[in-house]
Amino acid sequence: MIADFEYFAPKTVEEALSLLSQYKEEAKIIAGGQSLLVILKQRLFTPEYLIDIKGISALDYINYEEGRGLRIGALTPHRAIEKSPVIRKYFPVLSEMESNVATIQTRNWGTIGGNICHGDPAGDPAPVFIALKAKLKLARWGGERIIEMEEFSRDYLEVALEPGEMLSEIQVPTPAPHTGTAHDKLMVMKGDMGIVGAAVSITLNSDGKCEDARIALSNAASVPLRAREAEKKLIGKVLNDALLAEAGEVASAEADPLADVHGSAEYRREMVKVFVKRAATKALERARAA
Amino acid sequence: MKGEPKELRLTINGKPYELKVKARTLLVELLRNELKLTGTKVGCLDSACGTCTVHIDGKAVRSCSVLALQANNREVTTIEGVAQGDKLHPIQQAMIDHGAIECGFCTPGMVMSAKALLAENHNPTREEIREAIQGNLCADEGYVKYIEAIEIAAREMRGGK
Repeated sequence: MIADFEYFAPKTVEEALSLLSQYKEEAKIIAGGQSLLVILKQRLFTPEYLIDIKGISALDYINYEEGRGLRIGALTPHRAIEKSPVIRKYFPVLSEMESNVATIQTRNWGTIGGNICHGDPAGDPAPVFIALKAKLKLARWGGERIIEMEEFSRDYLEVALEPGEMLSEIQVPTPAPHTGTAHDKLMVMKGDMGIVGAAVSITLNSDGKCEDARIALSNAASVPLRAREAEKKLIGKVLNDALLAEAGEVASAEADPLADVHGSAEYRREMVKVFVKRAATKALERARAA
Repeated sequence: MKGEPKELRLTINGKPYELKVKARTLLVELLRNELKLTGTKVGCLDSACGTCTVHIDGKAVRSCSVLALQANNREVTTIEGVAQGDKLHPIQQAMIDHGAIECGFCTPGMVMSAKALLAENHNPTREEIREAIQGNLCADEGYVKYIEAIEIAAREMRGGK
């Protein structure tokens, strides 16, 4: 069913980077493979070399330090993020988001880094990480670079990894005081890919005005989409229901969704309005309580 | 070399194996086609139905969505490893006693998901049981009986409390 490939299972990051530097564009990385194996089975893609990094235990970690923030190793399984007491305490939105990613079986084996590198605009983690101002650490043989999560996605299933690079870590800064973040998506059944999804982060200042806002959408364009114009509707204002609804309207105009069997482009645009408002309402409640 | 069999060492149902498999082999293909452990079923082969659920290192995964070589040096448990000899596991017994079996095709996956749940949660709520089998589709819509049987098995495993 799957076409033959040459297989490597490096045990360390160095070994993986060495293989990647050797085979470059002919190599494909597999982590949990929960997205990649679907593509390999359909033979949409037939790599010469498959570099299996799932066994590199050094990239499976969740660390939190006050001030520095959260660091998640790229090979941390979704289920570990969902269940992590540290994440539930400091970044509950990540745990909530994960609890709606596919099924327990998929979350047990699939990794956060694999999900992000797959570059599917329907993925849930990327918009939440954009709302949380996360950065990604990309490692290559002899070096590394840091890139904003929002700059990582290039097009449908295309990300900013150069040949020879791999994602090694997700870095989430400690949110400013009085910040609330929430995520919601339109599902027919729990665990479905969101027909659309919205992640919203709101920071209030001491006057109760919106100091900062981030809005990011899934399945509303060919990449996880940051709705910058919608954010501008909120920043500097005392927020109320009408303003949150207006932000949804603006985000909907910024969206450029694909149509598929789950929803037309027009329907998705309507749902962007609904889900931006829902996530923003919850984010605001949390910001007020923080 | 492409397509050349690779060495694979793993434990399946407590028994160590040293095998040679092609890298493209899925775990479920190894289990069913090579090792003839056909209790694990294949429904969709596309990570949608959950009937191929097995455990790797105690966690429920879909064996259609894992390369066999990814289980290297790990412990795999399939439905064949759940009963102890002729004595069925309480989950299996409860499903039979409670009539939680229609055509039976999704049953191996349901048992494996339920077993993973009860290993970490001895007294799950109904909602937790529903969540645990959310990734296991039953074409006969037999979910209610499954949920009840898992509740009964949990009680049995707690010593009737």
